[in-house]
Amino acid sequence: MEPQTRKSKIIELLENEQTSVSFDDPLGSQMILNMGPQHPATHGVLRLVLKLDGETVISAVPELGYLHRGIEKLAENMSYHEFIPLTDRLDYLSPLSNNVGYVLAVEKLLGIEAPIRAQYIRTIICELARIFSHLVFLGSIGLDLGAVTVWMYAFREREKLYDIFEKIAGARFTTSYARIGGVAQDVSDNTLDEIKKFADEFPANLKECEKLLNTNKIFLGRVDGIGVISKEEAIDIGLTGPSLRACGVDYDVRKSNPYLIYKELDFDVPVYDGGDSLARYYVRMDEMKESIRILHQLIKKIPKGDVKLDNPKKVLPYKKQVYTTIEGLIHDFMLVNFGIEPPVGEVYHAIEAPKGELGFYIYSNGEGRPWRLKIRAPSFVNLQSLPILVKGAMISDVVAIIASLDPVMGEADK
Amino acid sequence: MEELNEKVVRKLKNKFGDIFLNVQEFRGELTITLPKEYIIQVSKFLKEDEELSFNLLSDLCGIDMNTKENRFGVIYNLYSLKNKHRIRLKIFASEGDKVPSVTSVWKTANWHERETYDMFGIIFDGHPDLRRMYMPEEYEYHPLRKDFPLMGISGSLQLPE
Repeated sequence: MEPQTRKSKIIELLENEQTSVSFDDPLGSQMILNMGPQHPATHGVLRLVLKLDGETVISAVPELGYLHRGIEKLAENMSYHEFIPLTDRLDYLSPLSNNVGYVLAVEKLLGIEAPIRAQYIRTIICELARIFSHLVFLGSIGLDLGAVTVWMYAFREREKLYDIFEKIAGARFTTSYARIGGVAQDVSDNTLDEIKKFADEFPANLKECEKLLNTNKIFLGRVDGIGVISKEEAIDIGLTGPSLRACGVDYDVRKSNPYLIYKELDFDVPVYDGGDSLARYYVRMDEMKESIRILHQLIKKIPKGDVKLDNPKKVLPYKKQVYTTIEGLIHDFMLVNFGIEPPVGEVYHAIEAPKGELGFYIYSNGEGRPWRLKIRAPSFVNLQSLPILVKGAMISDVVAIIASLDPVMGEADK
Repeated sequence: MEELNEKVVRKLKNKFGDIFLNVQEFRGELTITLPKEYIIQVSKFLKEDEELSFNLLSDLCGIDMNTKENRFGVIYNLYSLKNKHRIRLKIFASEGDKVPSVTSVWKTANWHERETYDMFGIIFDGHPDLRRMYMPEEYEYHPLRKDFPLMGISGSLQLPE
């Protein structure tokens, strides 16, 4: 048969249009491949334009903005309290730690501190959120590399956490739980028992996943030595969180600039030297175990007391007070309608979110709404290292590298 | 003033003299305002000085002050992994002014500056690839400017029929 007649209609059409596509030797020439924004392995709506030589990636250009909702613009037009639900929509795999990160920044601006029990609860939910987020990482890196069972195991554990979140915050997914000057409501002893039960059972369940991956030759072959970045490059490009600690840099905001009650807790920061996908996997697995250690200490030590600061000009009153006392009603009305009156000034507060350093920069001109609120999203900055990581890798490794970087587009696109 | 903040100010004043417009401490955070021409020199010094070593640019963002003169600000949140310390630099520029890019000092500034350009229309001089970060290429407005309405501008985005 003549080669002419074998050409499909699409190729004919392509050749007729004004294109520079050539079909002579696909393996011997370079080609441009568009990956995403709708691609199961790009974890949301990340688009990558890859330049390939055969199967090897020569360069990559990430394209962001498909999930841009203008959260920073919205923040300038709402009061400090109103913004809390929007922080859920940043890193939607760990909404609780975003809530806490934001209210800590506002509290720094106001110069107030939450009561000690609220601080304990916040630390508990931050660590639960870390496990919650790392479990998605664990499941998705397994799924992307063909180990579907791990996904099932990881999401079985996540389901238990969802139930706990529902008991703490009243919602499974969009929690909006932290409040300026405290948390929305107290955590009952039953819920604490349930968290303790989870913390007791989790290490054994995590081990099941580790058994499937740690000695799995196919898994190791896909991540060991793939997507390497050096220590200096990682700092220069702004990597933070587990991805930076996988390069041998011991930087964890919980240890270096302690907030909440991390100063009083005994835990280690896992650091690995490889700088590759495997090291990033190990760091996150060890972090989950450390989080369990932290949870045990917190549940043992948590004191009784108030969970909201008694400061009616700044902190929303309990709903019971709003409905039964006239002062509560007035304060609630004033705070909801006119917002808090913060001092003029600017603050930047960072916490160690599961993905890295989550920072909020607030510029206040003394009004009830922030003049400027900037979110330093770890996923956004971490994604910038992707072109370095995928350079020289095979096209199938790109999937594993994205999974090991664990970006969330809700946060990267804001 | 906090001990480390004082040290940073002292070292900067020794090196650059009296160029700084404003030095302020609020909630223990140091903010140094300087003329935009000096930003590269000062950041290079802060990064390369062995004692200070502000090697991580945590964040870079723009701000619209909504004033006639010096309308836009660029804010640099620096972190020193060695001293575990944060400081903030700040420069101002009027509309249409170009601001020097710090991508030659910290590579991570690349995307941050693209985002700032996209949201405020601040042009960074010497940036290797100054494109929009989030909004479509052909979009003609800068959404985080104070004169951009919250509801958006109708007809500014071409939607599919």
